[in-house]
Amino acid sequence: MPFALLKYGLSGKYPSQRHFPVRPALKSSYDVVIIGGGGHGLAAAYYLAKDWGITNVAVLEKGYLAGGNTARNTTIVRSNYLTPEGVRFYDESRQLFSDLSHELDYNILYSERGHLTLAHNDAAMRTSRWRAEVNKHMGVDSELVYPDEIAKICPQLNLSRDVHHPIEGALYHPPGAIARHDGVAWGYAKGATERGVELHTHTEVTGLKVNNDEVTQVETDRGTIKAGVVLQAVAGMSSEVARMAGLKLPIKTIPLQACVSEPVKPYLDSIVVSGSLHTYVSQSSRGEMVMGSAADPYGLYSTRSTLEFKEDLMMNMLELLPCLASLRVLRQWAGMADMTPDFSPVMGETPLKNYYIDAGWGTWGFKATPVSGKRMAETIATRQVPDLIKPFALSRFERFAQVGERGAASVGH
Amino acid sequence: MKIMPCPLNGPRNIAEFVCGGEVKAMPHPSQAGDAEWADYLFLEDNTLGFVTEWWLHVASGYWFIAERHTASNEIIRTYPASELFSQRVEFQENNE
Repeated sequence: MPFALLKYGLSGKYPSQRHFPVRPALKSSYDVVIIGGGGHGLAAAYYLAKDWGITNVAVLEKGYLAGGNTARNTTIVRSNYLTPEGVRFYDESRQLFSDLSHELDYNILYSERGHLTLAHNDAAMRTSRWRAEVNKHMGVDSELVYPDEIAKICPQLNLSRDVHHPIEGALYHPPGAIARHDGVAWGYAKGATERGVELHTHTEVTGLKVNNDEVTQVETDRGTIKAGVVLQAVAGMSSEVARMAGLKLPIKTIPLQACVSEPVKPYLDSIVVSGSLHTYVSQSSRGEMVMGSAADPYGLYSTRSTLEFKEDLMMNMLELLPCLASLRVLRQWAGMADMTPDFSPVMGETPLKNYYIDAGWGTWGFKATPVSGKRMAETIATRQVPDLIKPFALSRFERFAQVGERGAASVGH
Repeated sequence: MKIMPCPLNGPRNIAEFVCGGEVKAMPHPSQAGDAEWADYLFLEDNTLGFVTEWWLHVASGYWFIAERHTASNEIIRTYPASELFSQRVEFQENNE
């Protein structure tokens, strides 16, 4: 063996540390139990420990870490929404994201690319103008651009008029970004466990015991836990977990499919989205074209892929970027999206005193990972709902105070 | 291609259909309060398992009921709405 290699073997510094410790034994009681070890649950655990010094926390995950919707999105981060409530909320998330690699000392490959939401008709132009004005008013960098400017921002786009849906203009959002989704979850998990939070993967919650409007026990397939406060962060399975606590939600589980092409050299800098065509594409740091479409047409608890999805997606994609025709699809997947009637999340208090919810993440969950973690941690620590997330309360439906978020990716214009 | 067995039109591509949501009882038109209406309009059982749903064949404008499994997507049975709804719903004037 070469001597130069041997010195690594003999050094105490190697092999380098695991990201997070092996799964510990389950204790009988925790101050906070978080159901769901995806991005949101892990972020909440991290901010509970870091911002509020609450470290007697267990994160329960029925599968492996961040293997659900955290691993099944298209990693777009933006804040160019339509409602002031949404813009304020997603912009805090975007700001947290932009500094997250430093904050976590973990590279999440955050890459600001500029985000174009294409408009193909008058209605979409009107919505784009509306969104641009709301965004600017709220201090978010957004503007309406026309084809001559689009040609400079993203010369790859087919701006021909001789297509089914010519591009009339776009909402341009320079801070729009992508990130490495696994990195986000692992970074939060590492930061949380370093501060004492326990990660219990392959630990499924099987029941919740409710007494006097409080959850007193969390039953799992590894034993029963007493919990001071419980947070459910299980988008996709929200209704099923909430049912264990006796709650009914304004959520329908609908698959959202996406795919990536084989990797190619850096070609597409912008993130391109078409609301009217239900199509979005960006190029990941490893060269794959990440492509997505609208949510499936009806409810299903399944992550299967369909030919219909690919047909619809490619028909529109090749009109926007005909040069992609020679690329092959490498991999495809689906996430189970928590669709809400107003395209806004369901966050904060529930009718149970010590049971909090982080759900309804539809097609907008990844970009909200930092802010929802931070604000749910604040909610749990102070037992007060911060103003920023008050509009997204579960109770808004019986007050008929929905937050109609027409800036969501799944909504046509 | 997923096939929906329509009680009126026979087996057709499911792309010709729209799901109308869970079959559930409508609250009393004049006596229900806000919470009851909110539940009816916005809340979902969203069951993982067998569900009974309204479906519409768009081309023929025909509404019917389908029983479906929400994990396997297997369509167990479809039938005309008259099997569940045999009586006319009377909407009485609210005279308060």
